[in-house]
Order: sequence, then structure tokens, then C-alpha cells
Amino acid sequence: MSVATAPRATKKPIRPGGTLYRGREGMWSWVLHRITGVAIFFFLLVHILDTALVRVSPEAYNVVISSYKTPLMGLGEIALVGAILFHALNGLRIIAIDYWRKGVKYQRTMFWTVVGVWAVLMAAFIPRQLMVVFSEVASS
Amino acid sequence: MTTIETPRSPYTRTPRRGVNWEKAGWIYMRVSGVILVVLILGHLFVNMMLGEGVKGIDFAFVAGKWASPFWQVWDVTMLWLALIHGANGMRTIVNDYATSPRMRGTLKTLIGVSAVSLIILGTLVATTFDPCPVVPADQLELLPSFCETL
Repeated sequence: MSVATAPRATKKPIRPGGTLYRGREGMWSWVLHRITGVAIFFFLLVHILDTALVRVSPEAYNVVISSYKTPLMGLGEIALVGAILFHALNGLRIIAIDYWRKGVKYQRTMFWTVVGVWAVLMAAFIPRQLMVVFSEVASS
Repeated sequence: MTTIETPRSPYTRTPRRGVNWEKAGWIYMRVSGVILVVLILGHLFVNMMLGEGVKGIDFAFVAGKWASPFWQVWDVTMLWLALIHGANGMRTIVNDYATSPRMRGTLKTLIGVSAVSLIILGTLVATTFDPCPVVPADQLELLPSFCETL
């Protein structure tokens, strides 16, 4: 049988290869790391300013901090915790890629491990936060 | 007189003088990152999961924490590490996306100024904090309970 009649392997899309961070899990984790990093940075700026109000007066601090206890902000805190947890876990993955001998080989596995651990931690936090924020317990 | 290098001579790096700040920054991101994972996840667990969660946070809660040097050191360490980590990350992003040198300079100056001033502000707030300040009578109930014995 001639080689020409053999079915051709389906054409694989050509990807620019050779870089660790380009395409698929490598790239998307990098994109998410940036976005969550910027979001956390801006929250940190606000958070230092609101905490500084303890030095102004107990009343001033309590008034401002009470805005963190509303349902809308409660949902925002879930997003914030989600961003922080992803950034933290993926940061550990990046360190493993840089320093662990087999880090590059397992970077994709580690990405899905990050996603899995993130999901478990969020599953612990989200119900807790929803109960706190939507319960009728008088906030002090 | 200029000499032409031998063709195909191996690439050599231009020797540099002094501290390699980019390398120091690269290492800093990883070292501070690991410590921040512990500090911030601990911070979130104590403030958001224990007790009444976010609804338990008020002046008395903060005063109760900062009455102990343990949480003062925890929070000030977190402040310094996180702000420098965040500012350096923002610097990287500005270097990547801001194309004009003037824009890069302006943005990096803004990042630097806000990081330095918030580090100073935050450190002063946490270290000069008085858990039982003098307050008008109608605010006495906002103070932590241990202030009554003073």
C-alpha cells in the first residue's frame, strides 16, 4: 500500500511554541495572576485608609466599616477572597515552576491543582460568608 | 579604534556594576509571597471566618487584637510586605503596558509615592494605636470591654 493513500493525521493547529507562559493553562494563569494582583493592590490601598480611621475615632471607624457588612459588599468580599486565594495558590505554583526541578514539567498539573484547592477553600468560605452577611444578627 | 569581534564568538553578557535590583525584586516577590500567603490567609481566617465574621469587625475588635504585640507585629509585617509586593507588581505591569517614557515615569512615581505614604501611615496607625482613647460619653460603649477597668 502506498504511503499517499494513508489517511493523513488531522492537522494540528500551529502554536508559537517554546515559551512556558504562552497558550493554554500557562497563559491564562498568568492573565489571572495579573488581574487579581491589580485588584488586590487597589483594595489594599483602600483597606489601609479605612483601617487608619481607628486613629481618628471609634465612631468614624465603625461607621465606615459597617459598609463592609452590607449584602452587596458581602458578595464583593467573596470576589476579593477568591482573587486573593487564586493569587496566593498560583504564586506558590510559580515558585515551584522556578525552583522545583520538575516544576516546568508539572506546571499544567499544578494549575489544575491550584483550581481544585481554590474550589475547596471557596466552598468553605462562601456558605460561611453568606450566612454572616444575610443573617439578621444585629451588627455591632 | 574599534575591533570587530571574531565571527560566531559566544555571547557574553555586558558586565554590570553594583546591585542587580531587578534580580533582587524577582527574589523579593517570591520570598515575600510565601510569607504573605501565611500572613494574609491567617488574617482572613481570624477576621472573616471566626466569631461573627465580617459583622464582628468594629473598633473594639481591632482594639482587642492590637492590644497584643503579636497582632501588631503580624499586621505591620503584612503591611510592609504586601505594599512593597503590590507596588513592585504594579511597576512590572506599567513597564509592560505603558509605552511612552513619560507615562511610565508618571505612573511609577504615583505607585511609589502611594506605597511609601501608606506604609508610613499604616505603621504609625498600628504602633501609636490607643485601644482606650478618650471619647465623648456617647461613644464609651464602642470601646473594648477591658477599657472599663482602667
